[in-house]
Amino acid sequence: MIQFSLNGQSVKTDLPADTPLLWAIRDGFELTGTKYGCGMGLCGACTVHLDGNAVRSCSTPLSAVAGKQVSTIEAAGEARVGAAVQAAWQKLDVVQCGYCQSGQIMSAIALLSSNPRPDDGEIDAAMGGNVCRCATYVRIRAAIHEAARSLA
Amino acid sequence: MNNRTRIENLSRRDFLKQGGGLTLALVLPGVAAAAGAGPGIAGTAPVVKGDFTPNAFVRIGSDDTVTVIAKHLEMGQGTYTGLATLVAEELDADWGRVTVEGAPADAGRYNNLFWGPAQGTGGSTAIANSFMQLRQAGAAARAMLVSAAAARWQVPVGEITVREGVVSHAASGRSARFGELAEAAAVQPVPTEPVLKDPSTFRLIGRHVPRKDSLAKTTGKAMFTQDVRLPGMLVAVVAHPPRFGATVRAVRDDKARAQPGVVDVVRIPTGVAVLAKDTWSAKKGRDALEIDWDESAAWRGSTEAVYARYRELAGTPGKVARRDGDAEVALGKAARVIEAEYELPFLAHAAMEPMNCVVRLDKDRCEVWNGEQFQTGDQHALAALLGLKPENVHLNMLYAGGSFGRRANPHSDYLLEAASIVKAINGRAPVKMVWMREDDMRGGHYRPAYVHSIRAALDGAGRPLAWSQRIVGQSIIAGTAFESGMVKDGIDATSVEGAANLPYAVPNLQVELHTTNAEVRVPVQWWRSVGSSHTGFATEVFLDELASAAGADPVDYRLALLEAHPRHAAVLRLAADGAGWKAPLAKREGVRRGRGVALHESFNTIVAQVAEVSLAADGSYTVDRVVCALDCGVAVNPDVIRAQMEGGIGFALTAALAGEISFDDGKVVQSNFHDYTMLRINQMPKVEVHIVPSAERPTGVGEPGVPPLAPALVNALFAAGGKRIRRLPIGEQLKA
Repeated sequence: MIQFSLNGQSVKTDLPADTPLLWAIRDGFELTGTKYGCGMGLCGACTVHLDGNAVRSCSTPLSAVAGKQVSTIEAAGEARVGAAVQAAWQKLDVVQCGYCQSGQIMSAIALLSSNPRPDDGEIDAAMGGNVCRCATYVRIRAAIHEAARSLA
Repeated sequence: MNNRTRIENLSRRDFLKQGGGLTLALVLPGVAAAAGAGPGIAGTAPVVKGDFTPNAFVRIGSDDTVTVIAKHLEMGQGTYTGLATLVAEELDADWGRVTVEGAPADAGRYNNLFWGPAQGTGGSTAIANSFMQLRQAGAAARAMLVSAAAARWQVPVGEITVREGVVSHAASGRSARFGELAEAAAVQPVPTEPVLKDPSTFRLIGRHVPRKDSLAKTTGKAMFTQDVRLPGMLVAVVAHPPRFGATVRAVRDDKARAQPGVVDVVRIPTGVAVLAKDTWSAKKGRDALEIDWDESAAWRGSTEAVYARYRELAGTPGKVARRDGDAEVALGKAARVIEAEYELPFLAHAAMEPMNCVVRLDKDRCEVWNGEQFQTGDQHALAALLGLKPENVHLNMLYAGGSFGRRANPHSDYLLEAASIVKAINGRAPVKMVWMREDDMRGGHYRPAYVHSIRAALDGAGRPLAWSQRIVGQSIIAGTAFESGMVKDGIDATSVEGAANLPYAVPNLQVELHTTNAEVRVPVQWWRSVGSSHTGFATEVFLDELASAAGADPVDYRLALLEAHPRHAAVLRLAADGAGWKAPLAKREGVRRGRGVALHESFNTIVAQVAEVSLAADGSYTVDRVVCALDCGVAVNPDVIRAQMEGGIGFALTAALAGEISFDDGKVVQSNFHDYTMLRINQMPKVEVHIVPSAERPTGVGEPGVPPLAPALVNALFAAGGKRIRRLPIGEQLKA
């Protein structure tokens, strides 16, 4: 039995300890905003926050989150930075197919939480692990700047 | 295979020949259906008292909500927003109260008007085929709301105005919201010829209108197939053969069955499926299967052998797709002949959401949840497999996490696989079949590999007198229900599109095709921009080679050959002007800079792109900026058009840089994003988009942004002093 905090609520699961956090979140806790894309930490579609840091949940075993704080896209709007990022994404109509965008947004929130005014190079470095097959990158970059402005 | 379905498909060219008359000649389906079926016929929603459902495309609730029924799949291209814009414009709806709902499978109401009686999304046709239909649907609804208000207020119809969901009579100061009039509007006569707005009065078309899917897709609430969960549902992961054409000889499944969570293991025509209570258990079970494959009939080719054979075929005459004048005679007499050969690889669609499908099978019906792109074909294929009537196959169209053509499979491949699993367990549980990334990458249905061999004769001034092009590769259409309509005299129209209709003035033009399906048995499929994804590269790089041989500026050289195509010329000029083509590029320390151009028409939309690159001495390079111009007729939603150009450029750049599916002894080499690499944010160039103002009927934008990028990039690298790239991907070819 592994216990951790999921979006501020204490949860426990009897899934095997080697189960990736992604599948525990999606199939176990039925929060489907976090997506499966590659299973190898290569695309970032599964990005969640573990104690505030962006991690790839497909490559994070349940055993690694015991006693820690996990938050997902479903809770992103509850904090100031998350709400600003989502608003910027909506204002600039960043999304296309949308499948990767939960992960993009979670990475962007982690970036802005530690660096309120990132430049393009810092955005590229922080967002480099998140693939968007629709290539919405132009707008992702613009939306991060927009969110930073709105938070300033 | 889907032999029972005969989709009478009008090719895009046939449609063009018929001009706009085709759509105009059709009866407005919404109104026709409304007259026959009465209210309550939009989508699958039950009839609610007080709702107003004037036709198949719009439903207005007593709460003022305007629901637009979208007949096309939203896979990122913005069609839910575009389709709703058309209805809302003519309805004078309040955009904030408009919601969009995916249409059920019903070709009687929701067929693609360019595809005859078939429902589906593809060929960048969604807005183009719906433009008049959905405007008429909105206008009909508006007329009925106005009639209801006129009757209630006892005033002339002509004195009533509508704006943002409110119907008003200025003289008497009365007004009513749509919802207040919905019930009364429902009993008004349906207008047979609703009056459409003059385009000068448009409030939404041509303006910035926010996307309808932004909220759901930024909060994790958008429902994709991957997210469907039904009571009692099992998740299936499938073991597929290691080579195309192999089958299961024997399977040992005791280790898979011993895996906690695994419920069953079944053999299906395409492999072995492991069913479990959750995805991870199913995957672990699948990985524990021990399968003895019968590979006696498998294809065991390799990439280099395919290219070698294609080059050999390119040296022999093929079937003639276009013949103007006599290219061979002109080439024989020419003082100067330029030749080049281009090689383009197999490519995977690699949508972010790997293929998946949810199927529930009951006694005499089945229900499917899917990013559904090919309703009519899929409905018939599933019905045939399951022994059901097509109308008892219910398809729920969910958001697709990308497709790029993959979810419109003419063989309904992954849907049939999911249905086979449900059939194998006699429908005792609904099943969500999911492909892991590796299954998706290695699952075939790729953009085919091609070789293009082109020779041109130049006159004394460097203008082309003759152009002879041979295209070698697999036909996408052969063996599908589209064959009768789209393969004529052995020429698959999609193999030569973009080459057979070369816009440049060349008096002696010949385009030939070799189709290789008999010897290369890789499953192939359309990939964003279809034939133009390879013909655009070959023709536009070769044009650049001709300009270079002639010592001419690449833009001027093209313009001189486009006198008969003013729209092409205008697009090219717009891109060149936007890029500052005539001004030298700013110098940068340590790199050589270059600019390249390409122009290509696909899906009746003309796009030109100018790429700017910086090339370092070690052969590494960056793509700094792409200026894109296009003519797509009326720009229904300019921001969505810009987004599709940005995305098309990034998608094409992914392929140009490193995209390749290769084969070694019949096995796909690549498996995941470490060896089939995706463009990352740091590689994305600055993009500027210029749209030609136009009053012509709108044409597609989902695909046409793709073809010009790779040739513009390759031409830019050459201009920067790099070598001439004739094989994609560019990969390491510029490294010393």
